[in-house]
Amino acid sequence: MPDSVTAAARRLLPSSVLGRNLLGVLAGLLVVVVVLELTGPFRNSQFATMSYYAIAAVGLTVLTGLNGQISLGHGALMAVGAYTTGLLLETGAVPFPVAMLAAAAVTALAGVVVGAAAARLHGPYLAGATLALAVGVPGLAIYFDGVFGGEQGLRVSSPRPPDWLADAVYFVTAGDLTSARYLAYIGWITLLAVLLLLANLTASRYGRIWRAVRDDEVAAELAGVRLGRMRVLAFVVSAACAGLGGAVLAMVVRLAAPSGFTIVLSLSLLTAVVVGGLGSLTGALLGSALLVFLPPAVTGLGTDLGLTGTQAAELAPLVYGVVLVVVMLVAPGGVLGAVHRLRHAWTRRRQGARDVGAVGSSKQGG
Amino acid sequence: MTKWVRRRRTALVAAVAAATVLASACGAGGRSEGDSGGGAADPGITEDSVKVGAHFPLTGVAAPGYSAIPTGAKAYFDYVNANGGVHGRTIEYVYRDDAYNPTNTSQVVNELVLQDEIFAMVGGLGTPTHSAVLDFLNSNGVPDLFVSSGSLLWDQPEQNPMTFGWQPDYEVEGKIIGKYVKENFPEAKVGLFLQDDDFGRDGEKGARAYIDDQIVAAERYAPGNTDIGPQIAALQAAGADLVIGFNVPSYTALSQLTALRLNYQPQWIYSNVGSDPALVGALLGRFSEGKVTDSSMLDGAITTEYMPGVDESDDPWTQLWRKVWDAHGGEEGELSNYRIYGMAQAYTFVQALQAAGPDPTRQGLVDALEQVGGELRGPAFVPFRYSADSHAGMSGVKVVRIKGNGSEDLSPVQVTDNGDAEITEYTEEQATPPANGIPDVQPAG
Repeated sequence: MPDSVTAAARRLLPSSVLGRNLLGVLAGLLVVVVVLELTGPFRNSQFATMSYYAIAAVGLTVLTGLNGQISLGHGALMAVGAYTTGLLLETGAVPFPVAMLAAAAVTALAGVVVGAAAARLHGPYLAGATLALAVGVPGLAIYFDGVFGGEQGLRVSSPRPPDWLADAVYFVTAGDLTSARYLAYIGWITLLAVLLLLANLTASRYGRIWRAVRDDEVAAELAGVRLGRMRVLAFVVSAACAGLGGAVLAMVVRLAAPSGFTIVLSLSLLTAVVVGGLGSLTGALLGSALLVFLPPAVTGLGTDLGLTGTQAAELAPLVYGVVLVVVMLVAPGGVLGAVHRLRHAWTRRRQGARDVGAVGSSKQGG
Repeated sequence: MTKWVRRRRTALVAAVAAATVLASACGAGGRSEGDSGGGAADPGITEDSVKVGAHFPLTGVAAPGYSAIPTGAKAYFDYVNANGGVHGRTIEYVYRDDAYNPTNTSQVVNELVLQDEIFAMVGGLGTPTHSAVLDFLNSNGVPDLFVSSGSLLWDQPEQNPMTFGWQPDYEVEGKIIGKYVKENFPEAKVGLFLQDDDFGRDGEKGARAYIDDQIVAAERYAPGNTDIGPQIAALQAAGADLVIGFNVPSYTALSQLTALRLNYQPQWIYSNVGSDPALVGALLGRFSEGKVTDSSMLDGAITTEYMPGVDESDDPWTQLWRKVWDAHGGEEGELSNYRIYGMAQAYTFVQALQAAGPDPTRQGLVDALEQVGGELRGPAFVPFRYSADSHAGMSGVKVVRIKGNGSEDLSPVQVTDNGDAEITEYTEEQATPPANGIPDVQPAG
């Protein structure tokens, strides 16, 4: 592509961060539409699953990666969102977008409480406190079983596509708007909205302050940053994301039950964030994709290799663990960290080669 | 470098936009009406095969015992396939792991229905897990047969027309245990030890129908919390000298160990679900870190049975299961009550598929079960309650005393129904297995 064309194209791109992010999200939306329309109902449902993991994971990566606070309690925060959504949808009077917003708001409120306590804690103590959250919250659902349905959980009536939308989609794509696809759209549109907000936020003053707090508390405080307030804010933003993720989870799974929000969920989110690359939104997306697509792929591979169903099922957690260990050994910065490192190395070598070439040609000329 | 990224991003946007336009151009514009009807085009069934699926905890805390069920079912399906299948079709059986987590259940059932395209679900396990997929299976018109759980949820033909129970539900079992206690332990002070969900609630409801005035305490545990000291101590303090447990096997082991520590020795009665001596014995060994090494602790405890178990080696059904297991699953381990459970479910499914005729549809399978399901006879002591108005499973149990790894009868087989229905003795002779081990049910209707 000639340089003038690129320059022209670049001039077309908005110069503001918000504008660029908006354009990115719009491009993302197009990709989502194309992918969801071209894949079958099962892939659609996997994408729906990925969306709720990703919504919570991007929130967590902002908290842990940018602000340096570790949370083992995001599964519990997702539970708060899921139960809020379930309770609101049960009444039948609330449209689902309102229920989702309410879920985010309620979880944000829970985030204020937890965040206020967490802001005083560091490292392992913070991990311990949030761990208590992860263990305690599902217990609440069992204790107050009259409201939350106990061990069996709360059935959630997930939204069905309205007729006009189904007809419109059929008109455009000649494909039925299945419920799996509709839920995947809900999940991904929510995810894109969250990504847009977080991308702006992290590029803004707050993002810089969070990073400053993470890197050097004393310096940040000297610069006039109020540490506690900023920490709580990060926690609240992150909790709201987890709540939204929980809302999508409730609608996709059609159930909010304590056994769905064990410590395993919190740890999965943390692994997704770490494996993808801590602090990076793209990394969180990659990690979530791994959570969703790796286990069935491994099980399928195991069955193809002639293992019995049980053995194949046992293979999945094994491979997951191995991948985790290998990533930590080979690429401690996560997948995205490794990509960045490789790209740096490559650019440097190319630059080196060009310098050598330049020297050579100048010699020839001289 | 930014130039590169931008250039690529612009190209991407252009490509995607083009793709979208192309996709929309392919649109048909209008919806054609009336293409429903299914018929022979139902997923999962061809001229020579039919695919069924299930979800089980194959990994995680609930896996011991339960993960053996699908291996039993698979062995029996393999046996049927080796003998010509059903109406010339071989049965393909896919089972997937949900680790007893409803979130996973929803994912793996999506995979089974949407990707593997199963014809029917057979024996999906667990109350919280399976209730997560109840709506999905019913709204997609997938026959959801023989759920591996005794909850009353599976008997809602109006709301969930595709779902059928299989084993006796906990209320029926609770009633029969209650009546037995009333007749044989009229002076006993009864304590209830209940899992805090539908399992415990339904069982309690059944038991209270007969012995409400004898019950001195009802203690509940939350599954997952392994400290049940307070509950057992409360039962002891209330003076209960007979404890009825509606709990899962791991809590049978925990309650035994806790009672041992408190020197509490009531007469124990456990529901069928929690009483497999082999599994409880293994769990006792593990929980006590080797201090208790066999299931002899359970000797003398009372429980219920609804089909012959692995220890009854003279029973023709157990002999059939042993033959099937030796031929088609032997290298995976020993025959156990859980594998027999899976085989018996598979047996019932083969009966249902035969009843659905040579060209079964999903709806046809459900209709056939409603028509002739009540007449099917198999390894169970009692018939199913299937009809157009009922999707409830077996109607009764017999009360037995655990002895070693086996049991001795305490009561005849009794049947009843939910609610106020009377308990009556069931006198029909138990069916013997067909000579070739494969049922021969005539197509219904």
